[in-house]
Amino acid sequence: MSTIVETKNLKAYYITNAYGVERTVQAVDDISIAIQEGESYGIAGESGCGKSTLLKILLGSYDPPLRVVDGSITYHLDGKAIDAESMTLDEKRDLRWKTISYIPQGSMHVLNPVRRVRDTFHDFITAHRNVDKDESYKMTAEYLKELGLPEKVMASYPHQLSGGMRQRVTIALATILWPKLIFADEPTTALDVVVQRGVIQLLKEVQQKKGSTLVLITHDMGVHANLADRIGVLYAGKLVEEGATRTILDNPRHPYTKFLINSLPSLKDRGERASIPGRPPALDKPPLGCRFHERCPLVQDKCRTIDPQMITVAPGHRTACHVVEEELSHVPSV
Amino acid sequence: MSQASKNTPLLTIKNLTKTFHIRQGFASQEFDAVDNATFTIDSDKPEIFAIVGESGSGKTTLARMMLGMEKASTGILQYKDRVLADLSRKEMKTWFYKEVQPVFQDPFAAFSPLKRIDHYLYETAFNYKMTDKKNADKYLDSVLHEVGLTLAEIKGRYPNELSGGQAQRVAIARALVTKPSLIVADEPVSMLDASLRMSVVNMFRKLKDDNQVSVIYITHDLATAYYTGDRIAVMLRGWIVEMGPVEQVLGNPLHPYTQNLKLSIPSINTSAEWDERIDLAVVETDEYTRTGCKFAGRCPAVMDICNHHIPPTIHHEGRDVKCFLYDDTIEKAKTTRSEHVAN
Repeated sequence: MSTIVETKNLKAYYITNAYGVERTVQAVDDISIAIQEGESYGIAGESGCGKSTLLKILLGSYDPPLRVVDGSITYHLDGKAIDAESMTLDEKRDLRWKTISYIPQGSMHVLNPVRRVRDTFHDFITAHRNVDKDESYKMTAEYLKELGLPEKVMASYPHQLSGGMRQRVTIALATILWPKLIFADEPTTALDVVVQRGVIQLLKEVQQKKGSTLVLITHDMGVHANLADRIGVLYAGKLVEEGATRTILDNPRHPYTKFLINSLPSLKDRGERASIPGRPPALDKPPLGCRFHERCPLVQDKCRTIDPQMITVAPGHRTACHVVEEELSHVPSV
Repeated sequence: MSQASKNTPLLTIKNLTKTFHIRQGFASQEFDAVDNATFTIDSDKPEIFAIVGESGSGKTTLARMMLGMEKASTGILQYKDRVLADLSRKEMKTWFYKEVQPVFQDPFAAFSPLKRIDHYLYETAFNYKMTDKKNADKYLDSVLHEVGLTLAEIKGRYPNELSGGQAQRVAIARALVTKPSLIVADEPVSMLDASLRMSVVNMFRKLKDDNQVSVIYITHDLATAYYTGDRIAVMLRGWIVEMGPVEQVLGNPLHPYTQNLKLSIPSINTSAEWDERIDLAVVETDEYTRTGCKFAGRCPAVMDICNHHIPPTIHHEGRDVKCFLYDDTIEKAKTTRSEHVAN
């Protein structure tokens, strides 16, 4: 398997300068990830941890005040390595939808309320392919049929569809040109469980049919468990842990990941569950050292001053934590 | 005015129905967003009553009716010994809203971004004469303590300076200012992060135990409903399809829809069953206007009778369930179902 998109020491900050007061929000700080072709990669973390910012950068769709301060983003497409920052707007536009696609969160605001679903499809298709209306309708009908969506949605207006169906239409719209790389930003948040299940099943199907790469953002670890092959956990703009889904869920090493997994209530026991104390730090003045140290139960002196580096715990499983690093150094290497 | 005897329930809802009309061209279509809802909340023992269901199942309409924000089409909605529809506008303002307080989904939409957030607390306290100017700070500080905040922390701050969890806790504190006996919370945690969610949910448990406040907790998140709730009502297209103690309803769901809901929770422990393809409703109003059971189009255990008749509500294994499967009078139909399954 080869890498399709990677970031190296990526730093992306929101830099605003209002009335002479400069403010820097370190939304993405020193993140290196490599996403493999054909995998589904889950990005987990709370709101305000920089996951949407990371996605914007990966999509190459960002405007000031968001700026890439340091590091690089590279796409590996058709055997060529393309530096995302050197691309012109036209080159980016050409890649979008055909190769790189995006499923946004609020499906209600995505579809044009005054156009029928099939006409929205027509608009999207003709932006990239030179086809007439009959042809694009035919493509849409075939694709919807392939995904098992009822044909009657084509002639409907968005408000006539239920929330779950609307989100599935959005997914169909994003994937009709069979993009290689699909980014999904909280595709199931605000949907109820039954609809969520339907939407995840559809995403899975789309991804497996063409072997597309899926990058999925959600804070719901249950969704990651069912969809992602690998998970990266972000906290306050930093990647704190990354590994295969089962490894992260069964054997998390970073205290924040442990919190994230254990704080969820389940239908198995009704015992009291602790909430994580405190709240995520503001990213314009991130704390010194490890950004989690104010909420961490295992905090040490070192954590307050020194920024932990990513260390490899096991093949394919890395985390940034001083405590784990110390534990590892005590274990004699085999 | 609230001289209700000990036995009068806090809230009585009987055959409550809300009918909406949809105009399609010149034709008008009717559907019941809430259809014959019946339940009571007792006054002597506070409880957390969870209402769950998918989007478009009528949860919010029910909540709006309970808050007097929406007029019921038919049925009785009684708070303590007073029927809500008979209250004058003044009584609504001075008495009802002192007793029943809302908490909404998005705290940032509930507070104006241009006003300091403590303004809402003072305003509510003065409007309901809970305190005078001299003691206001002390009183509000004690209320904020209930939700784990202090007045010093939030005084003079604008909503955007607070985290979602903090803002939601201020919203709950604002509801507590009038010392209500019932809080109607409509999706109070769905906008919050996983790590902050538990702090709000834990707070509802504490309010019930320490302050004797009953909470109607409306959500689509079954896990938190199971965690906080004492009783639960599962709604589907306006119907309450299953209602009873949380342990029984979610521990061993009887209605096929509840079973489907429980199975659909994405669990950290994945199962093959979860991946089975499911059917979703295409258009919400299609299911609303069905004759017979509204779940019949998606039900794995559908029988012939389900398509033509409305199922009765049956008391079975400690809960109420609205399904023909548990109706002993239609023994014959059950056999046809097992044959169908065998095929």
